[in-house]
Amino acid sequence: MLVPVGFSAVVAVQTGWDVLAPLIFRPRVAELLLNTVLLVLLGVPLTVLVGVAGAWLVERSDLPWRRVWSVALASPLAVPAFVSSYAWVGVVPSIGGLGGGLFISTLAYSPLVYLPAVAALRGLDPALEDAARSLGLGPWAVFGRVVMPQLRLAIWGGGLVVGLHLLAEYGAFSLIRFNTFTTAIMVQFQSTFAGPAANALGIVLTLLCLVLLAVEGSTRGNLRYARIGSGAATIPTRTRLATATLPTTLVLVGYLAAALGVPLVVLAGWLTVGDPWAQRWMPQAILTTALLGLLGAAVTIVLAAPTAWLSVRRPSRVSRVLEGAGVLASSLPGIIIALALVTVTVRLAPSLYQTVVTVLVAYAIMFLPRALVALRSGLAQAPLVLEEAAQALGVSPARSRLRVTLPVMAPSAAAAAALVALGIANELTATLLLAPNGTRTLATQFWSASNSVAYTDAAPYALLLILTSIPAVAILFAQTRRTSQKGKP
Amino acid sequence: MKPPAPQLIAAAVLSLALTACGTSVQGAPPSAAPDSLAGTAITVYNAQHEELTQEWADEFQAKTGVTVTLRHGSDSELANQIVQEGNASPADVFLTENSPAMSLVENAGLFTGVDADTLAQVPAGYRPSTDKWTGIAARSTVLVYNPSTLPDTELPESLLDLSDASWKGRWAASPGGADFQAIMSALLQLKGTAATEEWLAGMKANYTPYQGNSAVMRAVNAGEIPAGLIYHYYWFIDQAGTKENSANAKLHFFGKKDPGAFVSVSGGGVLAAGKNQAAAQAFLAFITSKDGQDVLRTGTSMEYPVASGVPANPALPALDTLVAPSVDPATLNGTEVISLMTAAGLL
Repeated sequence: MLVPVGFSAVVAVQTGWDVLAPLIFRPRVAELLLNTVLLVLLGVPLTVLVGVAGAWLVERSDLPWRRVWSVALASPLAVPAFVSSYAWVGVVPSIGGLGGGLFISTLAYSPLVYLPAVAALRGLDPALEDAARSLGLGPWAVFGRVVMPQLRLAIWGGGLVVGLHLLAEYGAFSLIRFNTFTTAIMVQFQSTFAGPAANALGIVLTLLCLVLLAVEGSTRGNLRYARIGSGAATIPTRTRLATATLPTTLVLVGYLAAALGVPLVVLAGWLTVGDPWAQRWMPQAILTTALLGLLGAAVTIVLAAPTAWLSVRRPSRVSRVLEGAGVLASSLPGIIIALALVTVTVRLAPSLYQTVVTVLVAYAIMFLPRALVALRSGLAQAPLVLEEAAQALGVSPARSRLRVTLPVMAPSAAAAAALVALGIANELTATLLLAPNGTRTLATQFWSASNSVAYTDAAPYALLLILTSIPAVAILFAQTRRTSQKGKP
Repeated sequence: MKPPAPQLIAAAVLSLALTACGTSVQGAPPSAAPDSLAGTAITVYNAQHEELTQEWADEFQAKTGVTVTLRHGSDSELANQIVQEGNASPADVFLTENSPAMSLVENAGLFTGVDADTLAQVPAGYRPSTDKWTGIAARSTVLVYNPSTLPDTELPESLLDLSDASWKGRWAASPGGADFQAIMSALLQLKGTAATEEWLAGMKANYTPYQGNSAVMRAVNAGEIPAGLIYHYYWFIDQAGTKENSANAKLHFFGKKDPGAFVSVSGGGVLAAGKNQAAAQAFLAFITSKDGQDVLRTGTSMEYPVASGVPANPALPALDTLVAPSVDPATLNGTEVISLMTAAGLL
């Protein structure tokens, strides 16, 4: 998994410091560094704020229509960030710069913190909060000193995912003309192909990612919270919002309107102009996206299966290293992975360059963790005793796995395949760089239309992208529900 | 556990299917006079606008029975790809929007010369002095401006004015594209390295970057920025359509042989390693013939024809009235321009 990136690093070293140094240490890179670092430093806390606030309101307050809000607050994930940018540029053409970038990021990525926060809040034992109240802490102190520390894992994990997304995002920031490393690498790639300047920027971006991962890992802390003692957790007392109910609801409505309402309304507007559905390449784009999604899901599941098996059935150093390598590789932005694969195929395997194989490898690297998580939970649901029982009845080990474990794993394997396939359908950057000339997917067609400012042409593709994201969000939502329930005795 | 082999085989099979899935045009051999080329095929790496080349391919196929497979990309993407692929490249013909990409492939020694008959159809000013490729169309640099924020009296006399401090924050461009880099390579050729470096430094201080010429024109039209440096056809195409991105914008042609009046030549060349040299040469001959150039005159691409004496689309000002500077397309150096722009912090 890490081989392409490692190779890229080797090539960078070979290029020589005297060529790379002036490309890395120049004012433009300082500009990009400032933009990117500010984006992450400000964007992550903002999304954490919105995500945790939403989760708390849904889980720990008496907000009316809680059930609806709990689903609604996760729904902005269905709108890809670049579609959100496209819609907002149509409404406020002057949106741009750091402010615009932070705005779009908060709208698009808050659900990534909201979902784990909701799961964590559900799993909390309210007895701790009750004890704190009985010892005299006010509601805000209870939240700050009792609830937040328990949410720490969720916040750190969610914040890391948001940070990595911010570093990797290309389409959204390009449309609002906010220059980060990823947008600059793309521009360099278009001009110089996999030249030293593109790789130089890539090195800095990779370093930023590794710094983010290191910071998250070292500050996460080793404290784990678990219920000890007998009995069942009580139902948490919900804070009464009273007079704050209306303003809070309005704020939530405003957030949803900005994140979901504006894109849908803008899309509807563009779709009514002319006949945007009759575009020459739409059938081919749909077909290619479906094919790439299915193939990519198959390849990813096949590659993830052995690692999932090892980590559940035979956990050891090897399985942990494999998992860690997979997670690390996928944490790198899509553009770095794509650039690395271009370098590798062009130098080592020219026959693979500009073929579907390279794209599928990129997808496998990028989406492995999603498949791994789902397959692992599926395997965990198929305990060894079932296989042993089958073997005791006279079936060979291999057949017992085929006939017993595989069917039990099937739903989670299907969920894994769905998540990967839907992630591939929305993937833009790696597809732009690696797919053979003339490959058209929904995302690339949307991209070329919105770049030519042909907003009406881009609209149907945007709608299709949203429609393909909805099942993925539903699966993610169901998964977080399930993980939170596991915490309940 | 699913064995991996079937997936990889399927992937390999589908990779062949998907790479051919591009725009291979299915054709029927003509029922007219038999042509020795009928039934053969060529692969064209196309950086020109897709609709335009598709029209050329369709007409050529109807005329000769040669199956044309198009691979679309951008100038630098495809040029770099051809250079990377070298003699193993499946390309027979390479068509671009601007000249520097052609020079890149020419300098790698991958073009074989163009037939003398084809070259004779193109005037000397629109093809390189090296005869390794030929011009197939042309486009003019223009300043698109919004008269409400930039009155006619304040228009710049020359492209070089745009780096003056008085133009700070008043113009936009899309430096990442091959189009703008072609204009810069003309500036480099006409004014030399020192002047270009100075101008690029001024540009960095003054300009607002946008992603794509269409975005520049849209922004000028919307009043976000008074002026933008783009090619002429964006405005004319929008004017022929809904006018939504150009109703408030006008074009200023610099003229006077200024670098800002640079006319960029779109190129076409035959790859030496191509498998079907005869059909490739025939395709270029067709594009530069009267029929091929008529596609530019009557179609929607709004680019200028350069060959066989075909006049431009009536909506456009005639090419010879633009007073463009003479630039040999073979001398345009894209690589150096990119490193100058990188050093200036534009890329």
